[in-house]
Amino acid sequence: MQSINWGIMAPEITVAIAIAVAILLDLFLKRSVSRNWIGWVSLIGVAVAGSFVIYQFNLPTSGLFDGIYVLAIPNLMWKLLLLIGMALIILVSMGQKQDELGSYRGEYYYLLLLALLGGMFVVSTWDLLTIYVGLELLSIASYILVGIRKKRAVSGEAAWKYLVLGGVSSAFILYGMSFVIGLTGTTNIIDIIHLGGVPEINEIYVYLSLFLLMVGIGFKVASAPFHAWVPDVYQGAPTAVTSFLAVVSKIAVLALFTPLLLTYAALSMKAWNEVIVILIMVLAALSMLVGNAVALRQTNVKRMMAYSSIANAGYALVPFTRTDGIFIEGSMFYSSLFFYLLAYLFTTIGVFAVIQLVEQKEKSQDLKAFAGLYRRSPGLAVAMTLFIISSAGIPITAGFFGKFYIISGILSSWDNLWLVVVMLLTTVVSYYYYFSVIRQMFFRPAPSMIEVTTPKSVGFVISISCVVVILMGLLSPFLMDTFQRLFT
Amino acid sequence: MMWSQWLPTWITLSPLLGVALLLMVPRESKKAHRIIGILTTFIPLILAFQMYFLFDKKMTDMQMTISIPWIEVPIGTISYAMGVDGLSMPLVFLTCLISTLAAFASLYIRERTKLYYILFLLLEVGMLGVFLANDLFLFFLFFEVTLVAAFFLVGIWGYTEKEKAATQFLIYNGLGSAVMLLGIVLLFVLTKTLDYSALPTAISLLGAVESYDTVLWVAFVAFLVAFAIKLPIFPFHSWMLRMHVEAPTPIVMIHSGILLKMGAYGLLRFGVGMFGDYMKELAWLLMILGLVNILYGAILAFAQKEFKRVLAFSSISHMGILLLGIAALNQIGLQGALFQAISHGLISALMFFLVGSMYERTKTTMLSELGGLAKSVPVLSGLMLVAGFALLGLPGLSGFISEFLAFVGIFQVNPWLAAVGTIGLILAAAYTLRVVLKTTFGPMKDHYVGLADLRVKEVLPMFVLVGFIVLIGVYPKLLEESIQVTLHQMLLKIGG
Repeated sequence: MQSINWGIMAPEITVAIAIAVAILLDLFLKRSVSRNWIGWVSLIGVAVAGSFVIYQFNLPTSGLFDGIYVLAIPNLMWKLLLLIGMALIILVSMGQKQDELGSYRGEYYYLLLLALLGGMFVVSTWDLLTIYVGLELLSIASYILVGIRKKRAVSGEAAWKYLVLGGVSSAFILYGMSFVIGLTGTTNIIDIIHLGGVPEINEIYVYLSLFLLMVGIGFKVASAPFHAWVPDVYQGAPTAVTSFLAVVSKIAVLALFTPLLLTYAALSMKAWNEVIVILIMVLAALSMLVGNAVALRQTNVKRMMAYSSIANAGYALVPFTRTDGIFIEGSMFYSSLFFYLLAYLFTTIGVFAVIQLVEQKEKSQDLKAFAGLYRRSPGLAVAMTLFIISSAGIPITAGFFGKFYIISGILSSWDNLWLVVVMLLTTVVSYYYYFSVIRQMFFRPAPSMIEVTTPKSVGFVISISCVVVILMGLLSPFLMDTFQRLFT
Repeated sequence: MMWSQWLPTWITLSPLLGVALLLMVPRESKKAHRIIGILTTFIPLILAFQMYFLFDKKMTDMQMTISIPWIEVPIGTISYAMGVDGLSMPLVFLTCLISTLAAFASLYIRERTKLYYILFLLLEVGMLGVFLANDLFLFFLFFEVTLVAAFFLVGIWGYTEKEKAATQFLIYNGLGSAVMLLGIVLLFVLTKTLDYSALPTAISLLGAVESYDTVLWVAFVAFLVAFAIKLPIFPFHSWMLRMHVEAPTPIVMIHSGILLKMGAYGLLRFGVGMFGDYMKELAWLLMILGLVNILYGAILAFAQKEFKRVLAFSSISHMGILLLGIAALNQIGLQGALFQAISHGLISALMFFLVGSMYERTKTTMLSELGGLAKSVPVLSGLMLVAGFALLGLPGLSGFISEFLAFVGIFQVNPWLAAVGTIGLILAAAYTLRVVLKTTFGPMKDHYVGLADLRVKEVLPMFVLVGFIVLIGVYPKLLEESIQVTLHQMLLKIGG
C-alpha cells in the first residue's frame, strides 16, 4: 500500500489542531482570563493554514484517497478565499463587546473554526459523500453560531428557523445525491465523469436528482426562490456571524456548483444543454430580481444586507452558466468568478464590520442609526461609503470590475444577453437602497456627536478592506492577468 | 514621449493635486479649503490654454494622443487612451473655465468645506476625463465619477428637497449608465476594441453583416437612451428639473453648464461620429424630439412661478435646439449644435450664478415675491438683463449665433420643421423677459430696500462669463476654426 502524503492536507490539519488547542484552552484557562486569547490562537491557526495554502500553489495537482481530497489550483483558491474571510471575521469578532456573547466567547471561536473546516473540505473534494459531510459540519456549526446568544428571542428564533430549514435542505441534498450514487454505483465525481452518460431510460432520475439537489444547494447558497430564511437569520445572528454566513458559508457552497454541475453534465449532456444552463440562469436572475427589489423596502440594515447578499448570490451564479468553460482555453470562468468573490468578500466583511460598530453604539440595527455618521466618525463613514459604492458596482472600485469581468466572461454568445440585461438593471435598482445608507450618513443630522468607538482589530479589518477595494479597482488588470495565468 | 502627449492626462488629473492637499488640511480651516479649491482649478485652466495653442486646427484625427494597453480580457484589449480633437477641445475649455468660476461661486458654501472642495475637484476630474478619454470604457469610468460626485454635492449642500433631488438624479442617471454599459459591452464583444480611432471603421464594417447589424442597432439605441437621459430629451427630463432647483449655486452652474453637455457630446461623438449611418436613419425621430423639447420647454417655462424652474425648462428648450442641429446632420447644423453646447453652457452658468447670488440676498426665488430689484441692486439686475438677452438670443451675443446656425442647418433638411421650431425663439424671448423684468422692474418690495449689491468677488467671475459670451457672439471664428475640420471629417464618414 502506498504511503499517504499527509502534507497535502496540511491546511486542514492545522485548522483541526487549532480547534483542539482552542477547546483545551477554553477548558483550562481561568474564567477571568479574556477569551480573546482563544481568538488569537484561532487567528494564528488560520494564518498558518493560509500560508500552507499559498505554498501549495506551487505544488503539482495531486490527490488523496482517489479524489476524495484534491489539491489543484481552483480548490486552493477557494480555500484561500475561505481562510482570508475567516481571518478577517475573527478579527472583527474580537471587537465585539464582552457581554455580547456572554459566557460562550470561547466556544464561539472554535465553532467558527469547525465551520471553516467543514467549508475547507467542501471546497477540496470531488466526492459526493465528503461534500455532504463537509456541508453538514459547516451547517451544524453555523446553526449554533446563529443562536449563540441564546437568551435573546430574535437569536433563538433565527437559530430555530435556520436549523429546521437547513436540516430539510440537507435532506434534499442527500436524497438528490442518492440517485446519482444509485445510477452510477460510485460517490466519486471523477469516476462519474469518466463513466459518461446514463442510458436514456434513466434520464428521468438524473432530472429528479438534479432538481432535488438544486433545491438544497439553492437554499444553502441563499439564492431565490429558496431565500425565505435569509433575512430572519441574518438579522438574528450576531453581526460577525452574519458576515460569516454571507461570506465564508456562501463561498464554500458556491464552490460546490462546479463539481456538481459537471456531474450532471457528464450524466446527461442533454440535461446540461437543455435544462441545467437555463436552471442556473433562472436561479441567478430570480435572486437578482428578488434580492434587489425586496431590499428596497428594508429599514433594518442587516435585513437590507441580507437581501443584498441574495442578490449577490445571483451575480455570483452568473459565471456558472459557463461552467463548461473550465475545459476551454482562455475561458474567464474561474478568473472572473474569483475576482468577483474576492471583491465581494472584502466589501461585505467591511460593511458588516461598520454595521457591528454602529449597532453596538446605538443599540439599533435601524438605518437611522447611521444618521450623521459622517459628522461623528468621518473615517468610518468614508470607509462605509467606499464599501457601498463597491457593492453597488460603481467604478473605480473592486465591485465594479467584478461585475464587469463576469459580464465580459459570459457574453461570448448572445443566448445569455437577457441575463446581462437583468444584471445591469437590477444593479441600478440596488443603487437606491445602497445609497440610502449614504443618505443617512451624509445628509441627515447626527442625533449625538459622540464618536463611534472603533476597537483596533475592527479598525484594522476596515482599513485593510478599504485598501483592497481600492487596489483591486486600480490594479484589476494585473490581478485578472494573474488569475488568467493561474487557471489555465 | 512628448510633453503634449501627456497634456490631456495632466489636465484631467491635475485637480487631484488639490484633493491631496485638501486631505492634509484640518477640517476647521475653511479659508484654506477655499484657497486650495480655487487655485487648483486654475491648473487645468492654464493647461487648457496651452492645449489650445498647441492644438493643430488642420488635423482631422485626434491629437496629443496616448494609448497604453490597460485591461486585457479574452474579448479584446481596453486601453488607457486620451486625446483631443475639435469636438472635445472647446468642451474641455468650457469645463475648465466654468469649474474655476464655480469655485469662485462656492463662497455661498459655508459648511463642511473640506469635503465640498474634495468632491468638487473630483467632479472636475470626471468631467474633463469624459471629454478627453479616447476609449469608451475609460469614458464610462469618468462618466460614473461625475455621477457619484454630483450626487454628494447636491445631496449635502443643496436646498430643502436636496435628498429627493440627489436620489432622483442618481437613479435616472444610473439607469442611463447601465444602459450605456450594455451598449459598451455589446460593442466590445462585436468589435473587440473600444478605442475611438478604431471603432467607426469597425462598426461600419460589421454593420454590413445582417446579423451583426441588429446587435449594433441595440447598442446604438442604448447609447441614444443614455445620452437622451443626460441631455435631457423629453420624456426623460423630470430628474433635471428638481436638480436645477435644489442644487447649490456652483453645482447647478456646473450641472447646467457642463454635465448636460456631456449628453450633447455623447450624441455627437458616438451618435454622429461612430454610428453615423444609424443616426441618419433615426434623424427624423431626433428632429421630432428636438421640436417637442423646444416647444414643451418653452411653453412650460412661461407658466412657471419660480425662477430656477423657468431656467430649467428653458434649458430643455435650448437643448431641443441643440438636438435639431445634430439631427440636421450637416456641417452647419452640427456646428450650431456644438456652438449651442458651449454658448448655453456659458449663459446658463451666468444665469444660475446670478440667481444664486440673488437668493443669497432675497432668500427667495419665487417670482411673486420678487420685484424692483433694479433699484436696490443695480449691478446684479443689469447683469441679469445681459444674461437674459443672451438667453433669448440677442444678436451680438453667443446665443444668437449658435441658434442661428442650428436653425440654418435644420432648414436645409426640413424647412417646415425649422419654421415651427422658430416659434421656440419667440417664446424664449417672452419667458426670459418675463422673469427678468418681473425680478428687476416693477414696484420694489419694502424689505428689499438696502440690499447689498454684488461684491467684487462675485462680479469678476460674472464679467468673465459675459466677456466670453460677447466674444463668441461677435467673433465666432474663434470657436469655429478649431471645430470645423473635425465635424467635416465626421460627416464624410456618413457620406452626407
